[in-house]
Amino acid sequence: MNNIGRNYFDIGYMDTLAQGDSWLHQLDPRAKVITTLLFIMAVVSFGKYTIWAFIPFFLYPVFLIAAGGLPGGYLFKKVLLVSPFAILLGIFNPLLDREIFLLIGTIGISGGWVSFGSILLRFVLTVTGALLLVALTGFNPVCEALRKLGVPKPFVIQLMFFYRYLFVLTDEAQRMERARALRSFHSGFMKYRTFVSVLGHLLLRTLDRAERIYYAMCCRGFDGQIHRLTSMKSSLRDFSFVIIWLGLFSVFRIYNVPEELGGWVMRCFR
Amino acid sequence: MGYAVFQMSHHIVEASNLHYNYPDGTMGLNGISFRITHGESVALVGENGAGKSTLLLHLNGYLSARQGTIRIGDYPVSTKNLDSVRRCVGMVFQNSDDQLFMPTVFDDVAFGPMNLGLEKQDVEQKVVQALETVNAIHLKHRPPYRLSQGEKKSVAIATVLAMSPDILVMDEPTSSLDPTSRKRLIGLLKSFAHTKIIATHDLDMAMDVCERTIVLHQGRITADGPTMKLLRDENLLHQSSLEKPLRMQHCPVCALAKKK
Repeated sequence: MNNIGRNYFDIGYMDTLAQGDSWLHQLDPRAKVITTLLFIMAVVSFGKYTIWAFIPFFLYPVFLIAAGGLPGGYLFKKVLLVSPFAILLGIFNPLLDREIFLLIGTIGISGGWVSFGSILLRFVLTVTGALLLVALTGFNPVCEALRKLGVPKPFVIQLMFFYRYLFVLTDEAQRMERARALRSFHSGFMKYRTFVSVLGHLLLRTLDRAERIYYAMCCRGFDGQIHRLTSMKSSLRDFSFVIIWLGLFSVFRIYNVPEELGGWVMRCFR
Repeated sequence: MGYAVFQMSHHIVEASNLHYNYPDGTMGLNGISFRITHGESVALVGENGAGKSTLLLHLNGYLSARQGTIRIGDYPVSTKNLDSVRRCVGMVFQNSDDQLFMPTVFDDVAFGPMNLGLEKQDVEQKVVQALETVNAIHLKHRPPYRLSQGEKKSVAIATVLAMSPDILVMDEPTSSLDPTSRKRLIGLLKSFAHTKIIATHDLDMAMDVCERTIVLHQGRITADGPTMKLLRDENLLHQSSLEKPLRMQHCPVCALAKKK
């Protein structure tokens, strides 16, 4: 039977995680958004063939998972689920870039493989960072924080609606898929023509629903503005969270920590 | 003009000779006239496609008639006073998922009052009041998509109550509810003093909540009168693809016993 929907979209569980009560959960969402952005920026700013310099950056996700009491296994699975995108991005590198970049014993490793590895590491770090942000904050507070940080309103509203109706849409898609599966006895996979029709129907239903929702909003006086009653307060703790991580990321970015450490150990033993 | 005028006037809903065709040519309404007075509770019944939902969509100006007018209070429904009309007519949708679009139940109920430009404290008070009325205050911080159908329906009603409408319009409020939730909803509806217009197939509910019934058939009104009288008229019900309310039908056990 079809489990795609369930596997991909049990992201609702992220909201449950976000209701935890660790001190990380209670931080101002803005502080977490900014730190995550800094983290991602630091990670993607490295050169093409970087591998070892990424290692210290794993401190950040590991720390958040431990201090926030999050299920590492679940998050890892989510990262794996989206990994095909990253693999697709880098899979041709080994074919295109065959120059030997480094030698381990007698085995030469081409630049393509190194850059492929680098892409994968970047991917794991950035996706984990983003997932952790949502798991510690909840999707809507993240949107709220983006809004307060000056992201344009239409964009934030789109994001909020996207998240709200993602669940309704996947439910609808799942029901259609179930109805199809129950009446097609031999094939597990959808035929191309059926797929086109199912997709078309889904689009039409979505349009209809969008119209009804818009109507429901108009009924309650919608005038293009979404007002909310939430307020956010920053404390010293939020500031220090950002500053400490900013400091650490800068150190990790400027110094190649594993290399420095290695050098230091070598010097000690000499 | 504004809201004050509307609140002072009697909440009369009056339709005269409404005609409506859908863009694809399907006939929706074909000459509908009625007058519903302050505090009345009216059931709108009829077969699928009789024009019930189409009529409801006219009541707050979502669809506008090809011919004929609708008046809410003293004003005709027109683009000019759409805001006041929508403030006065609260609409509960058949599918609660269409109505609940904000991240949390609280935000959703607050959506209307915020758009009316109320002060923060007033908004909070309205939200709490509305949620308490429908017994859903404990759901305040939950996201709407995690609620059961019954809970969603209660919250959807609260979103409308929070705007303090004078007229409540509902499309199939009891569909997809379990018997207990349905019973609770009926009790709730009976407790409201608003003018109510309820489109439904649930004739037992109509019997409980509405003293007056309007029967629609192919875009026309075929009967308009006291619920108890119309729902006993088997000919009329048959013509409109309806059936006596279950409570008025024979008990299957007694009927079997009689046959023997």
